[in-house]
Amino acid sequence: MLDKKIYDSFDENAWCPGCGNFGIINSLKGALAELELKPEDVILVSGIGQAAKTPHYINSNVFNSLHGRAIPPAFGAKIANANMEVIVTSGDGDMYGEGGNHLLHNIRRNTDITCFVHNNQIYGLTKGQGSPTTQVCQVTSLQPDGVRVSAFNPISFAVSQNIAFVGRSYSGDPEHLKDMMKQAINHKGFALLDILQPCVSFNKVNTAKWYKDRVYKLDENYDPTDIEAAFKKSLEFGDDGIPLGVIYKNSSRNSYLENQDEYEPLVDREWNPMDAEKFLSDFK
Amino acid sequence: MKYNILIGGAAGQGIETISFILEKILLRNGYEIFSNKDYMSRVRGGHNFTQIRFSKNTLLSHTNKVDVIVALDEDTIDLHIENLVSDGFIIADESIKCNDPRFRSYPLEKIAEEVNNKRAENIAALGVLMKSFDIDKSPLDNILKETFEKFYDSNIEAFTKGYDLAEVHKKVEDADKNDNILINGNDAFALGAIAGGLSFYAGYPMTPSTGIISYLVEKKHETGVFFEQAEDEIAAINMSLGASYAGARSMTGSSGGGLSLMTESLGLVGMMETPLVVVDVQRPGPATGLPTRTEQSDLSYLLTASHGEIPRMVISLKNPEDAFYQASRALNLADKYQLLVIILSDQFLADSKITTKPFDFSNITIERHISSAEDITDDIYKRYELTEDGISKRLIPGKAKGQIVITDSDEHTEYGHITESSEVRNSMMNKRMNKLKLLESEMIEPEYYGNENIEHLMIGWGSTEGIIRDAVDMLKEENINVGALTFGDIYPLPTKNLEKYTKDIKNIVNVEQNYTGQLAKLIRQETGIYCNKSILKYDGRQITAEEIVEQFKGDVINA
Repeated sequence: MLDKKIYDSFDENAWCPGCGNFGIINSLKGALAELELKPEDVILVSGIGQAAKTPHYINSNVFNSLHGRAIPPAFGAKIANANMEVIVTSGDGDMYGEGGNHLLHNIRRNTDITCFVHNNQIYGLTKGQGSPTTQVCQVTSLQPDGVRVSAFNPISFAVSQNIAFVGRSYSGDPEHLKDMMKQAINHKGFALLDILQPCVSFNKVNTAKWYKDRVYKLDENYDPTDIEAAFKKSLEFGDDGIPLGVIYKNSSRNSYLENQDEYEPLVDREWNPMDAEKFLSDFK
Repeated sequence: MKYNILIGGAAGQGIETISFILEKILLRNGYEIFSNKDYMSRVRGGHNFTQIRFSKNTLLSHTNKVDVIVALDEDTIDLHIENLVSDGFIIADESIKCNDPRFRSYPLEKIAEEVNNKRAENIAALGVLMKSFDIDKSPLDNILKETFEKFYDSNIEAFTKGYDLAEVHKKVEDADKNDNILINGNDAFALGAIAGGLSFYAGYPMTPSTGIISYLVEKKHETGVFFEQAEDEIAAINMSLGASYAGARSMTGSSGGGLSLMTESLGLVGMMETPLVVVDVQRPGPATGLPTRTEQSDLSYLLTASHGEIPRMVISLKNPEDAFYQASRALNLADKYQLLVIILSDQFLADSKITTKPFDFSNITIERHISSAEDITDDIYKRYELTEDGISKRLIPGKAKGQIVITDSDEHTEYGHITESSEVRNSMMNKRMNKLKLLESEMIEPEYYGNENIEHLMIGWGSTEGIIRDAVDMLKEENINVGALTFGDIYPLPTKNLEKYTKDIKNIVNVEQNYTGQLAKLIRQETGIYCNKSILKYDGRQITAEEIVEQFKGDVINA
């Protein structure tokens, strides 16, 4: 196990005091340390938003992309050098809203990356507008009469696409979160971890207490490899409880890289222009 | 002597195959070839045609004057007979009716039935054509063997039957055998990129750029170049950028519509100072426009595409040979200056095949400009270190022990962390934008063609170069004293030749395939030099030398 301190960044933190992101970042550092992933071997990728600042606050390689565009560069980086551990860590607006199409297609690809979605069910950086996961009827700064569209259910969505791994954790339970992060990173193929977190500034409904009163951990009687049970479980969200843990996993799917007939990290590719000269004969 | 053969029919009638075989026969007989395609955005029906122009001597352009029409359907005759020269002729099956004295019908369909291969009709027509011009048919045997694994026997039989039926119409002068190649703009660019060490390309199919990715994929097992079909062009450019960040030599591309989707990330490339080559094979816009046709109308857009300001280089491709060499040059310059290089091609160039001497692969270099841990003197690596020329050392994540690489779309410090400091903002803007100054030494001046001391100057760019040169020669024959400057590198605008050749000149005429005269606008913006006349075409068809000559005489000389 590595010393967690090696992931400390000197960059000044810009989050609100009490933000759920602090818990998430702490668990992420712990997970990286326990998995013995050195800072130089990890690429943290994010889009834009408060959660998307996370990579700056961890001493590792960083690709802080555009809003919604965290997954595509993560895909490119992984293909360029599969020896790197590529982890996307960004918010619900970034991953489920603006970047939704990329999420869908990388579940299909089963890209060998891990996605941590900091899901506080609200837009933080732009100050309190509804996000794709804001619950119906919740009043926000831009939906003063209440949100009128139904909330996106990332877990059901992921299960319906036979994702390789999808789980849920909560920023208020650092040990559970760390453990889930480790499982997600270690899982072959595309892993999605939805991380519930309170937004102390803008979400007055889904507070720390609100989550605490509802979350419960799945026990050993739950079988995360049964896709139908998983889909049923994925629908649970609200006053009757919010399950935490691995909701569904499928270890039999080949990952994207496993599906390539041949693959060498592109970064190590040796090539001489003369190697292409033989192709001229096609044009004679 | 130059000959122009038009092969026309409906989509799905096999124009591609017969054109391909004819081109190969001519090539292996040593002829120079300029072949261009005109096709519709549909899979079956409609009207498509290929024009194959050939000569003993170098050909720089296509023409609309036709010596032979090979008509696979009646529409082809109706649509093109007005362009048929007086001593030309039409080859068609006997089922097609036409009263023109130049029409010759042959039992092509019957031959196909006789050889039990319905699709051999076109090959029979080719036999007729070869005999009519008395061209050496000896290369055919190998070509058919290379092209048809199964149907060689029936095809050679059909060819011979057609050949034996026809009479010599006009003996074409023999050419000297050579080792030339025949290649189109898309293939040449893709081959140049492969030679230049491209290793990652993400893209989404879009006519007329798809040929580039098809070629890369065709060779992927032999080259290891990684291609991913992205979910959209937004993903494509961001995948390519991520791959570049992590050390792969990377590229993406599309046609104009795809480039529109990529726009936000063009700025990201500039902000992150991560090398990327983006190719736009232009077609007429706006919106879906004319999907299978040609235009040079994305220049103004791509000079500034993205919000904010970034340094970028814009190179237009003139012909397949140029496309081949510019691909590796663009990759090298993107790496050297850590910036966005935009390549402008177009449908005409993408699909036109031109004979070219074999590419010199020994002239291609791969210059990565990547640093290693030993090059870093500070304890903590600064990805955006402020240096004298503004270029910072580039490390690849995971490849420099003990160092991390931080890149950001926000304005950032030398380390790559987010900042809002006005001082840092200014120094980072200056650092990035200074690359435009650095690029000046790299820019290739537009080539001048014509006599010294001219009265009129034509200015063009990209795929019209050869056409403009042919027009200059034709105008000179009519004692019009004209020269031409044709741009390959466009931005930052090279200005030396512009200043030199526009002194004491009567008319400066920009020749462009767009409505607004986009290069002329750039020239005026950057130098104050004003093109007082324009020859502009935006119907989706490439201008011919004859059209330029006609408009030049009408709108410039006799205006």
